[in-house]
Amino acid sequence: MQLYRSHVLVCGGTGCTSSNSEKIIAEFDVQLARNNLQNEVKIVKTGCFGLCAEGPIIVVYPEGAMYTMVKVEDVKEITEEHLLKGRIVKRLLLSSGHDAKDADEASSSLENSEFFKRQMRVALRNCGIINPEQIDEYIAYDGYKALGKALTELKPADVIEILKKSGLRGRGGGGFPTGLKWDFAAKQPEGKKYVCCNADEGDPGAFMDRSVLEGDPHSLIEAMAIAAYAIGSDQGYVYVRAEYPIAVKRLQIAIEQAKEYGLLGKNIFGTDFNFDLEIRLGAGAFVCGEETALMTSVEGHRGEPRPRPPFPAVKGLWDKPTILNNVETYANVPVIILKGAEWFTSIGTEKSKGTKVFAVGGNINNTGLVEVPMGTTLREVVYDIGGGIPKGKKFKAAQTGGPSGGCIPASHLDTPIDYDSLIQLGSMMGSGGLIVMDEDSCMVDIAKFFLEFTVEESCGKCPPCRIGTKRMLEVLERITEGKGEEGDIEKLEILAKNIKASALCGLGQTAPNPVLSTLRYFKDEYMAHVVDKKCPAGVCKSMMKYVIDADACKSCGICAKQCPVSAISGEKKVPYVIDQDKCIKCGVCMEKCPFKAIFKNV
Amino acid sequence: MEMVNITIDTRKIQVPKNFTILEAAKFANIDIPTLCYLKDINEIGACRMCVVEIKGARSLQAACVYPVSEGLEIFTQSPAVREARKVTLELILSNHDKKCLTCVRSKNCELQSLAEELNIKDIRFEGETHKLPLDDFSPSIERDPNKCILCRRCVSMCKNVQTVSVIDTNERGFKTIVSSAFNKSLNEVPCTMCGQCINVCPVGALREKDDTDKVWDALANPDLHVVVQTAPAVRVALGEEFGMPIGSRVTSNMISALSRLGFDKVFDTDTAADLTIMEEGTEVINRIKNGGKLPVITSCSPGWIKFCEHYYPEFLDNLSSCKSPHEMFGAVLKSYYAEKEGIDPSKVYVVSIMPCTAKKFEAARPELAATGYPDVDAVLTTRELARMIKEAGIDFKNLPERQFDDPMGEASGAGVIFGATGGVMEAALRTVAEVLSGQSIENVEYEQVRGVEGIKEASIQVGDLTLKAAVAHGLGNARKLLDRIKAGEADYHFVEIMACPGGCVNGGGQPIQPSKVRSWTDLRTERAKAIYEEDRDLPIRKSHENPKVKALYEEYLGEPGGHKSHELLHTHYEKRENYPIK
Repeated sequence: MQLYRSHVLVCGGTGCTSSNSEKIIAEFDVQLARNNLQNEVKIVKTGCFGLCAEGPIIVVYPEGAMYTMVKVEDVKEITEEHLLKGRIVKRLLLSSGHDAKDADEASSSLENSEFFKRQMRVALRNCGIINPEQIDEYIAYDGYKALGKALTELKPADVIEILKKSGLRGRGGGGFPTGLKWDFAAKQPEGKKYVCCNADEGDPGAFMDRSVLEGDPHSLIEAMAIAAYAIGSDQGYVYVRAEYPIAVKRLQIAIEQAKEYGLLGKNIFGTDFNFDLEIRLGAGAFVCGEETALMTSVEGHRGEPRPRPPFPAVKGLWDKPTILNNVETYANVPVIILKGAEWFTSIGTEKSKGTKVFAVGGNINNTGLVEVPMGTTLREVVYDIGGGIPKGKKFKAAQTGGPSGGCIPASHLDTPIDYDSLIQLGSMMGSGGLIVMDEDSCMVDIAKFFLEFTVEESCGKCPPCRIGTKRMLEVLERITEGKGEEGDIEKLEILAKNIKASALCGLGQTAPNPVLSTLRYFKDEYMAHVVDKKCPAGVCKSMMKYVIDADACKSCGICAKQCPVSAISGEKKVPYVIDQDKCIKCGVCMEKCPFKAIFKNV
Repeated sequence: MEMVNITIDTRKIQVPKNFTILEAAKFANIDIPTLCYLKDINEIGACRMCVVEIKGARSLQAACVYPVSEGLEIFTQSPAVREARKVTLELILSNHDKKCLTCVRSKNCELQSLAEELNIKDIRFEGETHKLPLDDFSPSIERDPNKCILCRRCVSMCKNVQTVSVIDTNERGFKTIVSSAFNKSLNEVPCTMCGQCINVCPVGALREKDDTDKVWDALANPDLHVVVQTAPAVRVALGEEFGMPIGSRVTSNMISALSRLGFDKVFDTDTAADLTIMEEGTEVINRIKNGGKLPVITSCSPGWIKFCEHYYPEFLDNLSSCKSPHEMFGAVLKSYYAEKEGIDPSKVYVVSIMPCTAKKFEAARPELAATGYPDVDAVLTTRELARMIKEAGIDFKNLPERQFDDPMGEASGAGVIFGATGGVMEAALRTVAEVLSGQSIENVEYEQVRGVEGIKEASIQVGDLTLKAAVAHGLGNARKLLDRIKAGEADYHFVEIMACPGGCVNGGGQPIQPSKVRSWTDLRTERAKAIYEEDRDLPIRKSHENPKVKALYEEYLGEPGGHKSHELLHTHYEKRENYPIK
């Protein structure tokens, strides 16, 4: 095995790939060859590091220097300075303050950065560390050891017992205890059973599962094999959305490699356990993240939920007992088997064990993926790991659980996050989307945004979801257009309550949550819209206008030149005015006015 | 059957373990409203009208699909349940084209009934509604997507029962519609026009193409000699349209009403059914004797014929070349009858009252015009006839006794039983067995081919020959049977296929019973019972003994299968494309 003195880890996740990390790798090949370093330095294309806002990310070992926002042109310098001469390129280091690029090396190394040091990476343990397209690298990090242990040292019931004791709960939405789910399926009469993985991740802005698939696909394969052994199955399916081409490709490569190594197929580890795994591509319907809809889609039908019971563990794919877990849930399994249930239960809160990955986005500096122990507070995630809110704006709320969840206001920033606390706050864990909103966000508009999504994604099978969410959206549209009527809020409440109670599947039952939680914490904003016809945040365009302050206006005419619809007129020495009928409220004039003479009148 | 103890609205009851909550409630005489539910056909829990509260469950559950289990505690009328049902119903109503006054299903609409039963006083959640084009291009079926409430009964019927699958849900969310692929018209897709979708539609989104105006016009035209013929299944179902019990025999009232409507003659299609047996029986015997293509498959059901042309063209040569009875009759009326009565055939206007929507398509087939004029000019379904009777102000239940008119108004019991699955087979056996054995056979009731089992088989010893027969009803069963024959797993001499489950008694043109009735009463069995009673009451029960048919051959046609017969009574079939790309 060839030894290298230096390893350059280049992020090959979707985010960094789209900002040219593939070209960076190609350029490294060129530069290393030019400097004759190809036998001393190894380039490793890894999965996602998580700090997507700063991508493309490169980490150089042994120093652990993390370079951020690297451009193809920077590769020459990194090669000649760092790799050849041993001098770290400081200007590219991740800085703690985001404006200065003069951070010291120690605090900006991967392990020491604020972003990483507060995290605990269990599900993401190998992401950004190994090359996901090399099974040997996974094996070097204890990969398939848990499967080996399960098959050779544990009975299926022991595996389930460990899972039960670990307290692992489903990371995809409801938080159902994983061990219990497996136990139900295991107790079904012997015969054909299926192991299924939900990699359909449909929450807007969420990409936890994608990162695992892209960065550590073997951990999923290993976990599914363990699950199959535990319940007595020999066939698995991974349902992954076609919009994840890199994930699909790496999973395919991983499956092929695992087959080559005899880790999938017949007589795995010399035992009589057989397991095969196939990929099924989804077309990107949100509802196909709902377990019964997912299975219906795997079977080749229109992705629509079916009533439960019977539950999948009894009658799932093709009416056979089936377990379905999401990627992140599976990614925890091998570690639990290796390190034991006790280790896992030492992390987290009383009823929520282990860690949770969040896709943090919105008005936050460090957009990306973070994995923290359950019970971490929202404040830590937003301010310590997330680097706070851009431009020093105030935190208003965070939406967790995507379109099925709800918002958490500033007053609850210090609540430890786990399954139960989020439910209590009127939100939910969901798959881990976390969208931060600053003071400039209109909560009615936010609720409308999420409802637009569910209306679009409703499968149309049951009337509460198909028509009910549409009617709720119509009310919200009315309200945000300044046409709210007395009784609209009550209508929203009646609809929300009854859709939750009677919709067929989880999508419909949770669709009203964004409205309910914003009503709970920001009812005054709704009232302002309906009664005063005002949007306090100045977001809802029909209730806001741009106005020129005649006293402050110097009649420079810049606003008039910038206005895309020629709505502004004036002449020298006379203050300019905006024709409100023509104005499209784009805000360019306000942005460009050198005298701050234009403001929003809400 | 293992029983479980459950509590339903504080009443403790014991029910079989395989019951759903809805069945348990029915058993306890508790009425839970349903809308998408249709027993054995559409049990998908979609419409959420039947939601109930279950102790310990997070959300309300659909009673129609929720299995009972030991100790289950159910509340079917709690405030939460009542409110949820009302809100859901108001939501459905908010996107339903509520033209009740002019809707064909007014007073027989399950949505209307529910609105009344749930005491809906106001629709609080009005908003955007569908404004989609009507599909009225098919000669048999009209679809109004703006009335559709997406219960999917039609989809399940078309897809799972009939295995035709020309309609399904398209689009998503609020835009979801039931439609054909690429939103094509039913006329452009391989729809068999069986009309079973109409019979299961709870509202007026599906209906037969209405031809009553055409018939009113003909009746009002003094130049036309308008004759009407009625299929056997009509007389055992028409009464339902006038509030009579399922399975009422109303033959006499029907004839009287038709006469009052102004038809010049009222004839019985059963006479032509006897004629069909003469022709088809002869065909079967000839093919068996001469090594012709076997099995012979019946050709009375136009839905089945179109299914065969689209999906099983390899069986076209197996089809009997006989026209369906009413088409035979039309041809005879415009030739033999017109000649005999001295009427210009161009002035003979033939109306068929049929339990069937596919007959409308059939009547428009260009090849079915033996005399140069269409054999049949207009086809009305049982439902359309009922509407005409109502429109004419005829007191249907109080009409004088009347018989079918001469010269074509006498039929055997064999002709009558055409209306039920297995009937054509039984009628044929009554004749074929006697012809082949040369003996008179006393017991004419062939129980093996009766009943509602999907595929029925019979081996009948006829002289030296063991005649192997099979009967399938419902196109899904037809598919199964044909696949078996194709795979060489079964072989028969004679096969009867009817497009509709239960045969013509349950045809796509028959009175529509709501799910509440349909789910718990087998319409097929009840109406078939009346058919077999009718048969038993008739003095002649074998087609070849029908004196009118005998006279027809003597005076005009010559012999069964003869030259004249072929000219008037036989036809041919064509392979039809599936989803032709235009």
